[in-house]
Amino acid sequence: MSAAQAAPAAVELQSVSRSFGAVRAVDGIDLRLELGEIAALLGPNGAGKTTTMDMILGLGRPDRGTVSVLGMPPAAAVSRGLVGAVLQTGGLLKDLTVRETVRLTASLYGEPRPVEEVLERAGIAQIGGRLVRNCSGGEQQRLRFALALLPDPALMALDEPTAGMDVEGRRDFWSAIRRDAERGRTVLFATHYLEEADAYADRVILLRQGRIVADGTAAEVRSLSAGRSVQATLPGADRATLAGLPGVRSVELRGDRVLIQTMDSDAVARFLLTATAARDVEIATHNLEDAFLALTSDDGASAAAQGAVEAPALEASAR
Amino acid sequence: MSAKAPTRAPLEARPAPPLGGFNLTFLAIEIRRLLRNRRTVVLQLVVPVMLFLLFRRRAAALEATGLTTAGTMIGIAVYGAMFAATSGGAMVSVERGLGWSRQLRLTPLRPAAYVSVKIATAMLLGAVSVAVVYAAGALDGVAMSLPTWAATGILAWAASAVFAAFGLFMGYLLPAENVMQVIGLVLGVLGVLGGLFLPVDSLPPAMQAIARYMPTYGVAEVARFPLVGGAFDPTWLVSMVGWTAAFVGGAMLLFRRDTRRV
Repeated sequence: MSAAQAAPAAVELQSVSRSFGAVRAVDGIDLRLELGEIAALLGPNGAGKTTTMDMILGLGRPDRGTVSVLGMPPAAAVSRGLVGAVLQTGGLLKDLTVRETVRLTASLYGEPRPVEEVLERAGIAQIGGRLVRNCSGGEQQRLRFALALLPDPALMALDEPTAGMDVEGRRDFWSAIRRDAERGRTVLFATHYLEEADAYADRVILLRQGRIVADGTAAEVRSLSAGRSVQATLPGADRATLAGLPGVRSVELRGDRVLIQTMDSDAVARFLLTATAARDVEIATHNLEDAFLALTSDDGASAAAQGAVEAPALEASAR
Repeated sequence: MSAKAPTRAPLEARPAPPLGGFNLTFLAIEIRRLLRNRRTVVLQLVVPVMLFLLFRRRAAALEATGLTTAGTMIGIAVYGAMFAATSGGAMVSVERGLGWSRQLRLTPLRPAAYVSVKIATAMLLGAVSVAVVYAAGALDGVAMSLPTWAATGILAWAASAVFAAFGLFMGYLLPAENVMQVIGLVLGVLGVLGGLFLPVDSLPPAMQAIARYMPTYGVAEVARFPLVGGAFDPTWLVSMVGWTAAFVGGAMLLFRRDTRRV
């Protein structure tokens, strides 16, 4: 920690809501992002990711609650060049070249980084002379990233930055972001790709229907879904006994196989191996995808409700 | 922190650009972009000259009745300048539709500076258009006193700014892909009816009756005033102000309609 003991949060949302007509896009979000964090807003389409991003960038106003970026209103932070953003919907002019687009945008800042430097860092230096019209989706996205780098922002906000890119494009894009984040920039990105949240974020904030249903490291969010699952072959298993073990959420019998969802896989395994004739015991961690599905699907309502209850506790421990 | 240290403290505000972001690099790139579009160049610079060559014979035939080739030349200069102004206005709304304005909202650029760059670009193109038509007229033997050349040229150019609001309105009204074609057509019709190509007095009576209510009418009459002389008719200004207000009002109405999520 340096002298900045009273440093404002990179992003702070306090009970923020925003509706479009009858649709509650964002429904009471509280979120604090510290400087230097790399966080993912993860959620299915319609979870409120873009609406949240727009409010952080000052492109939309909350109906209720307050949003501040680096201790000031979002529009002020943007106009001071403290925020860079790659938007899903940000258009580019097709009849400019890549370099012209960067030069034009650079001219709008007081002290931008050099044009060639940001082209280099976004990995598009070799296509500077190409018309935007002739660039692939991935190249256009890296151009938007180059534009976002111009002010050397404290906060980089990326909304679904790799939507519509092929695998290679996504990999190139993320390696550019990652190189940049190593320099200590705060990064907040919205995505519905689990692997991206898992691979690139220190912190995952899971959104569902405009609410935060989980918030923690990828590993913590993953464990939220239902701990681990234990499977074993156990003919004539006594369901009631198994269900009565500490931490057990559910017991499923499939012929001779038992499938147990539990928060305490050690206890279940110990019991199975010492007190029963169980064999072929397997213990599996849920992956982030299971957590994602459990917490964001509508039919997983109980899991989601439970996630919502647990999320604050987790958040407290994660901070 | 890292080998290539971040250049600035995170919270240190970057200096704001002067003039809200209005600058010559922006303007130069906009102009280059305009010239890269071959259709723009043809519509802006070649078509007006062709129109002049087309109509000057008819104008010359009417010369005996007091209508002059110079009057037609001025009207066509107005046409070129108003085409430029309309395109400039339409660009603002088209770029909004494309999401470019959204991209620009992530920069310190002020909306007024953005609109100023667009207007400056359009007016510059309009000035070139007027100059080209006047050059064609001069080569063709149009004779006016030097002050009349200058005064009519400047008025044709400046009064056409009314059409920037028209372009803004049309840009919000129509889809981005075909707004330019429609504008070309509408301006052609307005040009004929408002007496840009041939003076109003030479039109059939029915068309003469509606000519006065065309948005092109006031602009053309004001531009020709230094040539024609006589009494200045205040209804010309009423026409210009009224139509500008109508276009701005219409554009604002359409702007508000789709502004829920900018």
